[in-house]
Amino acid sequence: MAIDVQRQTGSLRGARLRISAAFWRRPWLKLLALIVPPVAAFVIVYAASLATMLASSFWSTDAFTAEIVHTWSLDQFRTIFNRDNAYLGIALRTVWMASAVTVTDAILAFPLAYFMARLAGPRLRSLLFVLILLPLWSSYLVRIYSWTTILSKTGPLNWVLNGLGLPDTHLAYTDWAMWIVFSYVWLPFMILPIYTAVERVPTSYLEASADLGARGARTFRSVVLPLVFPGIVAGSIFTFSLTLGDYITPLLVGGPGSILIGNVVFENSASNLAFAAAFAMVPVGVMAVYLTIARRLGAFEAL
Amino acid sequence: METRGTRIALAVCTTLVVVFLWIPLVIIALYAFNESQIQSWPITNWTLHWFSVAWHDPQVRSALWLSIRVGLFATVVALVLGSMAAFGVHRFRFFGRESISLLFLLPIALPGIITGMALNSAFSFAGVHLTMWTIIIGHATFCVVVVYNNVVARLRRTSPSLLEASMDLGADGWQTFRFVTWPLLSTALVAGGLLAFALSFDEVIVTTFTAGGTTLPIYILNNLRQGQQLPIVNVIAFTVILLTVVPVWVSQRLASGGEGPAVSRAAAVTAQTE
Repeated sequence: MAIDVQRQTGSLRGARLRISAAFWRRPWLKLLALIVPPVAAFVIVYAASLATMLASSFWSTDAFTAEIVHTWSLDQFRTIFNRDNAYLGIALRTVWMASAVTVTDAILAFPLAYFMARLAGPRLRSLLFVLILLPLWSSYLVRIYSWTTILSKTGPLNWVLNGLGLPDTHLAYTDWAMWIVFSYVWLPFMILPIYTAVERVPTSYLEASADLGARGARTFRSVVLPLVFPGIVAGSIFTFSLTLGDYITPLLVGGPGSILIGNVVFENSASNLAFAAAFAMVPVGVMAVYLTIARRLGAFEAL
Repeated sequence: METRGTRIALAVCTTLVVVFLWIPLVIIALYAFNESQIQSWPITNWTLHWFSVAWHDPQVRSALWLSIRVGLFATVVALVLGSMAAFGVHRFRFFGRESISLLFLLPIALPGIITGMALNSAFSFAGVHLTMWTIIIGHATFCVVVVYNNVVARLRRTSPSLLEASMDLGADGWQTFRFVTWPLLSTALVAGGLLAFALSFDEVIVTTFTAGGTTLPIYILNNLRQGQQLPIVNVIAFTVILLTVVPVWVSQRLASGGEGPAVSRAAAVTAQTE
């Protein structure tokens, strides 16, 4: 019995050795075994889905059955770009909101990132990392929801303002609320790339600038900013792209007219899939342009 | 370099921004203990009552259970696919190697509605009904990248001579994996897995496009839209914060090196282009 077990484990080990040797002799076999399943899964599920969406945007939807009709046309895009419809305006407003949020986040993130990279000691720096990363990872929906309570008529903001002797604000359910909440939820995405960029600025450059007689403002404008700018652009990719595709924030904190691209896509996804797919191509197109510009500005090296 | 005034100004700005980041989390945590049905500030009476109400609510329970199942399955898929790809990309040089990282990154870098809408059109085209499995597929596509990044980062820090030494000492491929590679990687896998779970547990946008069922975030969203059961939503919100923050905290520790960006979504990109 004991011998039997030994022989069995022996042959098992033999088989294992043979397999391991086969992989060793033919590394490409190992490569295929490792790479093909994940890539195939991704191509089948994700790349094919993107392709289907692109194709759907050239199809149309039967108005009665809500079934998709596979006839090729540019009808969906005609609807979007027709000046009589609101869609172009919605797209422009979304791009405008995304730009405003990006600029706000860059302004808020820069001092913090600079402080972390150049002034904070190692312990304070890792504490700040945790303080920035935990909000980034904690529930995005909950963070948006929290702002609806903060901004509400009887919420903490008005309570503080009244305490200071100031009148109520009526920010809840407006575009301003959307702007605040977007800037809030995406802020950490801007902080981290700027931090990385500031950290890479050699101290000797700043010393050289000071030696040559530049004051703080001049050093900032002529040395720090040009070197950190690609980092800001890198962060802006996230803030811009995430705002462009969000529909939860307008839904929860926006007003009646605060519709962005995402809302239109979501509202139509069940009833008019072809149109929803076509309108979803708008952020894809905008992002393609944005990424091209970002690449020119050196953002990819700064990521 | 920086003058004293600049330093102080920067420190003040930093403090203000950190406070700005944390106030909403603190507020929602406090509201979870609010006795009143009406959300108004300041909170006058405190209670744990809503925790028990939420816990015994059948809808909340089924949503929580669905979220947990989806999170676990998506994490397993992400762990398997992500670490396979990481091994392949780390060990070999081949055509298209760079584009693989980019491919995995796309679902998280592109806006959620694009991933959601794409999957939605594909499911509709293929005639697939939306079930729990379609949510899992959706979540797995954007979870792969966090596992992949964690494993690649760990492999980069691992010396290849350890594997050679193991082979020289007569270990076969399996033994080398079991006794050398696995102990080196296990914490990176746990870290990646926890992050993937946190990501899935919290996801709304892709879920709304692929959902056959109500996950916890969808339950929150539906109730928020109708302004219903807000005390229960507060409790769930508080719990969800804890349930996403704790795994991130742990994985931050596990990913080691202490340098925070290992777990940041933004740094998911950072790791790619090095």
